[in-house]
Amino acid sequence: MKRYSAFAIAREALRHHTGWERAWSSPEPKKKYDVIIIGAGGHGLATAYYLGKNFGITNVAVLEKGWLGGGNTGRNTTIIRSNYLQDPSAAIYEKSRSLYETLSQDLNYNIMYSPRGVIMLAQTEHEVRGYQRTAHANALQGVTTEFISPARVKEIVPIINLDGPRYPVLGGLWQARGGTARHDAVAWGYARACSDMGMHILQKCEVTGITRGGAKVTGVSTNRGDIACDKLGVVVAGHSGHLADMAGFRLPIESVALQALVSEPIKPCMDCVVMANTVHGYMSQSDKGEMVIGGGTDGYNNFTQRGSFHHIEETVRALIETFPMVSRLKMLRQWGGIVDVTGDRSPILGKTPVDGMFINCGWGTGGFKAIPGSGWGFAELIAKGHSPLTDAFGLDRFHQGRFIDESVAAGVAH
Amino acid sequence: MLILECPCCGVRGEETEFHGGGEAHLKRFGPGSTDDEFHTYLFSKENPKGVHFERWRHNNGCGKWFLAARDTMTLEVFGTYSAQTLEPPKHIRDAITAKRPGWTWRDFS
Repeated sequence: MKRYSAFAIAREALRHHTGWERAWSSPEPKKKYDVIIIGAGGHGLATAYYLGKNFGITNVAVLEKGWLGGGNTGRNTTIIRSNYLQDPSAAIYEKSRSLYETLSQDLNYNIMYSPRGVIMLAQTEHEVRGYQRTAHANALQGVTTEFISPARVKEIVPIINLDGPRYPVLGGLWQARGGTARHDAVAWGYARACSDMGMHILQKCEVTGITRGGAKVTGVSTNRGDIACDKLGVVVAGHSGHLADMAGFRLPIESVALQALVSEPIKPCMDCVVMANTVHGYMSQSDKGEMVIGGGTDGYNNFTQRGSFHHIEETVRALIETFPMVSRLKMLRQWGGIVDVTGDRSPILGKTPVDGMFINCGWGTGGFKAIPGSGWGFAELIAKGHSPLTDAFGLDRFHQGRFIDESVAAGVAH
Repeated sequence: MLILECPCCGVRGEETEFHGGGEAHLKRFGPGSTDDEFHTYLFSKENPKGVHFERWRHNNGCGKWFLAARDTMTLEVFGTYSAQTLEPPKHIRDAITAKRPGWTWRDFS
């Protein structure tokens, strides 16, 4: 694979751009792989990448029923932060955030990581206490966050309205090294690096069944034929329950639609990410100038990839209270993605009742930020059978009542 | 848009008039049950892509609970019925079969 560089751009400019290679190849499936990953979204591709990079396992196929990065990887609001309350969460999200810092160099693909800072607004007394607690927990975990005053919030975000009619801003949890990245580029960058290591990325390859020999997984049936494998990683977000059904076990997961919308592009007005969890709205400005806005999840299970209409109204109402200037903005697009939510709002990474089959799901409304860390830990889990990053997130925690409760700290909106 | 009809007061309304209450026809397990039964009751929710049975409450109306059969893909409602039932009544099951032949949900079909 030719490397991307300033020199490559100059070279191709002189050659009328005829020398660019395809970023990844689209081969025919082999009969057998060492590891099959189902789901070519960010998490699946990152898992494949770190399997190759950290453990030298490159006989890997990543199967995708649609197109690469077309699920939640391409539908999120691209926020990266690691200010979680519980130690296992902070460990995996902070690992992820730190990997994002150098991911562009690592992949030789510009993922446009922008550590512009993330503020989570505290708008009730309970939120003030909650975020102060999180800031203290983060200090012990080695995650750099601080609880800041309303005056400091105003200094960082001049367009904010501190004394809104319902919920005045009483402070904020500030993570200066949080930020955003280009979501498509994360999937594309990982895919290019995986393909370069000789891995197969098979798009439009839908898994229709999981074959077992006794208690062990032996392969998958797909619309492109049967493919055998030694180990199987399932990383399919909202459709995890569907895949678990095929393998004959159940997951503590419910799927709902989460939606986001984006405004017309305007001049730069906000250079950080602001999350207002009490009023359910969060916003950042993309490099194109669009305001990227995230809302709440639907109140009932569904797979519509659309979302309830009234949530848009709630989200926009919240944002107008917080940022009065957005009231005149036109919205360009609205979309939804299916998120897989667990009872404790923490993900599931672990072994399954089927030998050799591993599952990575339940990231709910906040999976994008976790892509590199989740891939790192899940690859170690598949290669070695356990990983310090993922051990606490096993499926057995529900049986043992050992929850990683993030629903209070972060369960409202991400 | 999800439109439900409350079987208690007969009012039709869109989803903001109601409140979803999760999976219907739960069999409850408490003290004296095995760990597996309790775990299944608490956590192993049905999460079908298609026919689903749910509890709903007519929050901004009569305030009563009822049950609904719904498709999670299309938001089509096959029918709503009384919460005082242990399994979906025959006319609801027939209505689903007419539109989704071969459907199953838990042990029902």
